[in-house]
Amino acid sequence: MSLDLDALSIRSAHGGALFSPLSLQVPAGHVVTVMGPSGVGKSTLLDAIGGHLAHGFHLTGTVRLNGCDVTGLPAEARRIGLMFQDALLFPHLSIGDNLAFGLPPSLRGRAHRRAAVEAALSQGGLAGLYERDPATLSGGQRARAALMRTLLAEPAALLLDEPFSKLDAGLRGEMRRFTFDHVKSRAVPTLMVTHDPDDAAAAGGPVIALKGLISP
Amino acid sequence: MSHEGRLLRAGVLAVVGLGLITPIAIGLWQTGRAALGILPALGRNVASLDSWHELVALPGFATSLRLTLVTGLGSTLLSVLLATGFCAAVHARMTSASGARMLTPFLAIPHAAMAVGLAFVMAPSGWIARMMAPVAGWDRPPDFATVNDGWGLALTFGLMVKEVPFLLLVILSALSQIPVARQMAAGRALGYGRGIVWIKIIMPQVWPLIRLPVWVVLAYALSVVDMAIILGPSNPPTLAVAVTRWFTDADPTMILPASAGAILQAMIVGLAVALLLIAEKVGKRLGRWWIRRGGRGLSAEPGLWAASAVVMAMMAVGLLAMLSLVVWSLAWRWSFPQVLPESWSLKPWTNAQGGWMRALSTTLLLAGATAGLSLALAIAWLEGEDRARRSRAPWAEALIYLPLLIPQIGFLYGLNVGFLQIGLSGGITAVIWAQVLFVFPYVMIALSDPWRALDPRMIHAAAALGSGRGRRLWAVKLPVLIRPILTATAIGVAVSVAQYLPTLFMGAGRVATLTTEAVTLSSGSDRRVTGVYATLQAGLPFAAYLAALLIPAILHRNRRALSGASAT
Repeated sequence: MSLDLDALSIRSAHGGALFSPLSLQVPAGHVVTVMGPSGVGKSTLLDAIGGHLAHGFHLTGTVRLNGCDVTGLPAEARRIGLMFQDALLFPHLSIGDNLAFGLPPSLRGRAHRRAAVEAALSQGGLAGLYERDPATLSGGQRARAALMRTLLAEPAALLLDEPFSKLDAGLRGEMRRFTFDHVKSRAVPTLMVTHDPDDAAAAGGPVIALKGLISP
Repeated sequence: MSHEGRLLRAGVLAVVGLGLITPIAIGLWQTGRAALGILPALGRNVASLDSWHELVALPGFATSLRLTLVTGLGSTLLSVLLATGFCAAVHARMTSASGARMLTPFLAIPHAAMAVGLAFVMAPSGWIARMMAPVAGWDRPPDFATVNDGWGLALTFGLMVKEVPFLLLVILSALSQIPVARQMAAGRALGYGRGIVWIKIIMPQVWPLIRLPVWVVLAYALSVVDMAIILGPSNPPTLAVAVTRWFTDADPTMILPASAGAILQAMIVGLAVALLLIAEKVGKRLGRWWIRRGGRGLSAEPGLWAASAVVMAMMAVGLLAMLSLVVWSLAWRWSFPQVLPESWSLKPWTNAQGGWMRALSTTLLLAGATAGLSLALAIAWLEGEDRARRSRAPWAEALIYLPLLIPQIGFLYGLNVGFLQIGLSGGITAVIWAQVLFVFPYVMIALSDPWRALDPRMIHAAAALGSGRGRRLWAVKLPVLIRPILTATAIGVAVSVAQYLPTLFMGAGRVATLTTEAVTLSSGSDRRVTGVYATLQAGLPFAAYLAALLIPAILHRNRRALSGASAT
């Protein structure tokens, strides 16, 4: 498995390219970090890879997943997981149902699905919290639930958008380890954007600096 | 890439264009033709200005015109001033959410029901006179016109009781987008008093956010019919009421001057809005000059407190009016100086049961159908915007407000002509269609902001988990937005229940709702029966708002993020 970007470039509605064309390869189980000042278009880059680009942005170049061009596919067909600094759990669903939302429909049977979710919950240190309201969880628990939800969907690649920046310092190290361990053990190619050098150091992979061409 | 989105958007555009805009255009066109003397049904085929000459020559025309201008412009101007003053004085002590809750009853109650209640309270034999009777020594109702007065004061007051709460809500929600507390601190630190900071700093930022709602209020106040029938002068009445009478006159040739009057009514609203735009331009100039002089000014505080006191008093009278509806519907013997009925009875309810049950079921059917259709269209529109990942174009925003800015009387007659041609007139379908023109804008406006406030990353997260457009809508957006969706529906129900003219014109007198019945009964003598209809008319929107509050609280009782007021 690998995630490849080939001469990826994004133009904004006003015509200018956000950054110089980007080519990179993320092998399975590796974490590539993209760094750059705020406003350079790091989040827009992830939007483009994941298929969430807003109207008015134009994408050139290709995104390949395991050799297949996914640039023209809608977000839901790309199998590219997404993690933000906020957990963004669905507020109307319990923790367990949030995880079940990500579970592929190919896993049949209520008991099987429930078991898969329960297993993911205990992997995430959330055993026994199936019925809990996401709003009642701690920040760390929410972050772990969001990661487990994303991983249950069996993503072919993972995008992390400043995933640890809202956690407090003590929790941050723990969450980094937790995230990167899971990414590596599942051999998912992972692209992270951040402005925190510690994130990049913890990820242990190559670091790419994104240079802006225009002011946003 | 967003093929499905394009299809949905094209569908929504077609429905809005054919269903909402075309009827208004046809209505204006047909009314305009009749205003120019072309009425094939009467064998008139030559354009002329005779209808206009006839209109101007009609008895009471000049007085009607003056009354319309004075009550419409006066009530709007005073409402804006009072609402602004009230917000300036109490804003720091009131959150937007608690303010909205307090204002809900005033927003929910239809104009006609409020008018009936105010008539009960303010009439010479009403509650206020009864309370004053022991002091004033009255044993009979005093002999002066406090309702239906020739100056239109009661009508102006009635409009203000309804419009001030609406403007308060609009201003409070605009203020929540402005860092008022910090700007107030900065302004006061520079030596400006609280009231002056409000006028020089805060209001110039608020105005662009409330401009459109103020136009809507102005258009409404200039062309209101039901409230003007109940509270306004009766002979001659305001222009909109006079035009309605001429349209429904036994003599069909009266349609010609009536149409001219309807077009005049639309022109008056257009001119009033233009006047407001000019005033805004001038005010901007003057304001800039005033601000640059840097005067710290006198304290504006006494004015603000006076405005708040007037607003509180108006609300008290409004609450009294709502209460009086229920009291009258349960009163049996209630002779003049008594403050409360001497005997109570359910007879007003049981005696008129057949009538109000029929009117109630028709009203419920209309409210359900119009609110449901409007909600479906609003959701389709917003989802279409999401799928195209576009924000709303200014022309689309203008389309939404259009039906609220053109006076109903200006195009409803012509629309009925159009409906007659396709064989729709006089039926419930025609009434539903005509009501949706006015229900949809309110539902759309109420739903748009909460819909856009939904964190797009949450929807991206759902897409990244492999869920398609349909599942994102049904399994994420709609459940998360259930509270604003139900609130928008409740607003739709309230607007539908309050409709008078569309029901009157499109129903051709055959569709009786609580509102048409209440307005008809209000001129009669039996306050008890009027009270029954007006109570039901007010009760229905209250019930809808209550449901919008309770259903999400029950559905999401275990979801802290959703059982409160916020949607994210």
